[in-house]
Amino acid sequence: MKTFYGIDLPNPLMLGTAQYPSPAILEQAVRESGAGVATVSLRREGAGGTGQAFWQIVQDLGVLILPNTAGCHTVKEAVTTAHMAREVFDTKWIKLELIGHTDSLQPDVFQLVEAARVLTEDGFQVFPYTTEDLIVAERLLMAGCEILMPWGAPIGSGRGLNNEYALRAMRAEYPDVPLVIDAGIGLPSHAAHAMELGYDAVLLNTAVARAGDPVVMARAMMGAIQAGRLAHEADPIAARDMAEASTPVIGKAFLS
Amino acid sequence: MTLWSVLGAGVAGLAVATELVARGAQVQVFDPSGAPGPHGCSWWAGGMLAPWCEFENAEEPVLRLGQEAFGWWKEKTKLQRRGTLVVSSRRDLPDLRRFARRTEGFREVGTEIADLEPGLHGFAKGLFFDAEAHLDPRNALKDLYDGLLDKGVIFHKKLAPLQLKNAIDCRGLLARDVLYDLRGVKGEMLVIRCPDVTLTRPVRLLHPRIPLYIVPRGDGVYMLGATMIESEDSSRITARSMLELLSAAYALNPAFGEAEVLEIGVDLRPAFPDNLPRIRRLGRTIYANGLYRHGYLLAPALARGVADLALNNTHSEMVDEDRA
Repeated sequence: MKTFYGIDLPNPLMLGTAQYPSPAILEQAVRESGAGVATVSLRREGAGGTGQAFWQIVQDLGVLILPNTAGCHTVKEAVTTAHMAREVFDTKWIKLELIGHTDSLQPDVFQLVEAARVLTEDGFQVFPYTTEDLIVAERLLMAGCEILMPWGAPIGSGRGLNNEYALRAMRAEYPDVPLVIDAGIGLPSHAAHAMELGYDAVLLNTAVARAGDPVVMARAMMGAIQAGRLAHEADPIAARDMAEASTPVIGKAFLS
Repeated sequence: MTLWSVLGAGVAGLAVATELVARGAQVQVFDPSGAPGPHGCSWWAGGMLAPWCEFENAEEPVLRLGQEAFGWWKEKTKLQRRGTLVVSSRRDLPDLRRFARRTEGFREVGTEIADLEPGLHGFAKGLFFDAEAHLDPRNALKDLYDGLLDKGVIFHKKLAPLQLKNAIDCRGLLARDVLYDLRGVKGEMLVIRCPDVTLTRPVRLLHPRIPLYIVPRGDGVYMLGATMIESEDSSRITARSMLELLSAAYALNPAFGEAEVLEIGVDLRPAFPDNLPRIRRLGRTIYANGLYRHGYLLAPALARGVADLALNNTHSEMVDEDRA
């Protein structure tokens, strides 16, 4: 199994910590799903370094913490937020998110590559939230990223994997780089789909936090992710245009 | 006769004191800030009694216990029972459908929106929760305060002495020196004046991230609220929050663009991890806290629970710990 900057993930579900009805439900969702990583936003919760109570709740979840730069629009903002995250959570990990478009929340890949370079040189271990573009992926790896996190669909849209072809191509192009589908997951079937394609993990937030019952949805996501991974490892059959009977018909008394 | 000392003259403390007095107990109140005012977070509340709407994102007790609020407040302050109207922009209609799935006590409205609130502009679909109500929080606090003064309750404008017997601690977030699982959740609100627009009941504009609402305070004055941010910095409103609040008003009716901004409110709501209130008896003190965004909605149930414990030694469901 691939490692994430040398760390073995206990399992391939990464859960965001925003938008839950209460911290108690967040805690229960993480615990009951068994998610291996919790992501936390520093920007909104962190104005002036005063989100302590909530950050403490996140740290007490007892899972790996991946702070993010959600809401940042420039390299400078993202770098400042990353530094704050490193101090607050005592981790080199940073999920780098640089928003380029207000309505689609599409990553600004040009600034993303630049910020990844700056942060990597500064000793950070960067998890870049990117598109499925292979050239951008290449540039991110050149900038020092050892993980790629392409979107499935725009953040919070719940549309699943918008561009399966490109995501397959990315998997094929980088068989040894840990790849995480980040954003766009709405249903467990979407998460299973990502794992069936051979992705190494799935990061999601809204689909669980805004579900009617976040705890049950978190468990459903974990079940789907495990099923998807098993399916990938089991080498699924290819789709065909015509039926292929699973039992040979020759020799059966089918004319009788 | 036992003299009960209530610490804190916010909505929790005043409601508890009022309930105790109504049951014949003798009460005094300590608050270093004196009468209710901008130093307490209940000053900045919306004052919506909206248990059905709140159920969208809250636990079941909010829906059930919140319904006790109507009868309790009706006898103490001016309550307007005109319902709540929930609308969304066209692109957020899925959010309206989701809100409908997760709540009850409403009817779907279309063209009726224009009859209910002619001041709303361009909304084709909405949900009308006709049993909900709203009050003016500052008047409500004053009415409780005056009612207690009338009953001879003494307000001490100072900290309560240490080692006080029969204390009921309703100090909100200040009580976190004892209640370690209490946290602050930042809320930001605006008070605006816009005589050009007439709205007669609370209107909620569904938004993918925060439930924005506007509550009429009369004379063209409106309260716009409220953000919910997991931060304990209550020093200032952010530009982003102000943009979001004002955009919501503008979306309801572009005439709000001409409104005057009268007040900016920022404070921290005291909340426990499940965002539900708690009553705890530790030694000689009863703690009543964690009303979160449901100060006026749940203060009556909280006050009854405290009085039940203090006077009858019975445990309501809000009591989560009793180490008397």
